[in-house]
Amino acid sequence: MTMPFYVAPEQVMKDRAEYAQKGIARGRSLIATVFAEGVLIVAENPSRSLHKISEIYDRIAFAGVGKYNEYDQLRVAGVRHADTKGFAFSREDVDARSLANLYAQYLGNVFTHEMKPLEVEILVAELGTNGKPDQLYHIAYEGTITDEDRYAVLGGDAETISERVGADWRGDRDRAEAVRAAVRALAGPDRTLGSGDLEVAILSRANGRRTFRRVTDAELSEILSGGSATPADAGQTPRSTRGGRTTRSAGGGVGGDAAQDGDAAPPPG
Amino acid sequence: MALPLFPPTEDPGPDFSSLLRGSGLPAVPAAADVALSVRHATTVAALRFADGIVMAGDRRATEGHTIAHRAMEKVFPADRLSAVAIAGAAGFAVEMVRLFQTQLEHYEKVEGVTLSLEGKANQLAQMVRQQLPLAMQGLAVVPLFAGYDTGKGAGRIFSYDVTGGHYEEADYQATGSGGRDARTTLKLGFREGLSRAEAVELAIQALYEAADEDSGTGGPDVVRGIYPTVAVVTAQGYAEVPEEEVAGRFKALIDRKRTERDVTRSAT
Repeated sequence: MTMPFYVAPEQVMKDRAEYAQKGIARGRSLIATVFAEGVLIVAENPSRSLHKISEIYDRIAFAGVGKYNEYDQLRVAGVRHADTKGFAFSREDVDARSLANLYAQYLGNVFTHEMKPLEVEILVAELGTNGKPDQLYHIAYEGTITDEDRYAVLGGDAETISERVGADWRGDRDRAEAVRAAVRALAGPDRTLGSGDLEVAILSRANGRRTFRRVTDAELSEILSGGSATPADAGQTPRSTRGGRTTRSAGGGVGGDAAQDGDAAPPPG
Repeated sequence: MALPLFPPTEDPGPDFSSLLRGSGLPAVPAAADVALSVRHATTVAALRFADGIVMAGDRRATEGHTIAHRAMEKVFPADRLSAVAIAGAAGFAVEMVRLFQTQLEHYEKVEGVTLSLEGKANQLAQMVRQQLPLAMQGLAVVPLFAGYDTGKGAGRIFSYDVTGGHYEEADYQATGSGGRDARTTLKLGFREGLSRAEAVELAIQALYEAADEDSGTGGPDVVRGIYPTVAVVTAQGYAEVPEEEVAGRFKALIDRKRTERDVTRSAT
């Protein structure tokens, strides 16, 4: 006769959370930020065909980090939900909030009921309309949902990067400036990321009905090289002028990360 | 609404119609006893020119012998590089266009690439074929599909019949109750390498002649300021010809016809 071992529910949840966090931390991070035109999403992703950022609907974008097959399944489900809803009702009835809630419920369900939690963190971004602000919904592997109206960072190194983004965040940047700031924050002080390492997409108010556009390699290299003459230097200078604060917060970030999942994040320093 | 997740063996893929069926929403209404007094839409025409295609449609919808609607749209963008125009039972036709537009966008988003022009034409054929039972009851929908083929670098036109048969047209096509008259005008005016302006002018002439002969086709409504829809699809995408331009061309056409008539009268 076999008796199942008793494992305390707290322990089960802790183990699952740790498992999911480890999976997510192995992946590279992404930043979503509000800027003058709308919403910008920048992800570290060397692949040209396996996208982290995608279009869901006219004003809604999706981004995921962690296991590709798992977040891609969620992306397709999101497109299906949005298209079905838009077809059954009307295009303007499709909103990010209800989709984000569905994702949160599904992730929460899988986390508590299935053997293996999904090793993903996802972002649903919506471009505001009729005076409503742009909205970023950040949904974690266990179904926790947070809404941001300035910026959101997903992935293993999220805390450190989040502090770098927060240090000089401004909502009125133009496209080139916003991309350069996000890439700087994503790379950190010791790395430089080229257009080949990045996937960039925007939701822009200037794009008509379907607001989602991928920023092409050519445009991205132009933005990044245009930055190398002045703003890359400028990127160094404000960082050092604000040095005291940045160093402190970066240190705090690393500490936080280390406390959270031990071996996870690649050391930024 | 729950998150539409499917087990791998039942996954509908990028097919929006089967997704709708899987979600319990019928994509196309089943054949039933339908009162036969329904709205019908009439003449639509398309022709090829140097940079792409021009598609045009009148604005009249009829219900039996009365005019049901004076400002109906029959030419729609299917996606960025193609256009679809409809003739037949208006209710089903407009719904078919909506399904077709959603299908093309759905495929693009799920798969990450757009369908080829040929693929889009085949998709539309399947939708028309599903309407066959309704067509037997007199509720036929006959679309006209045209777009810019990026692979070939040219505009292409596809015409349909009620069974879903679709045929690529070399230069021009028109369908609907006034299609025959429109086609004759296009045949006489068509030549290889028309410019955009010439092609738009020819489409407008075709619609004028169709409205002249066919009671189901609406001509330019100068009193209410309602003019046929004309759209152009080139490598730059779908663009509707501005109403002022259409109105101006119709005015010029009418003036020309009037003077010709006066001249011939005074000569005799």
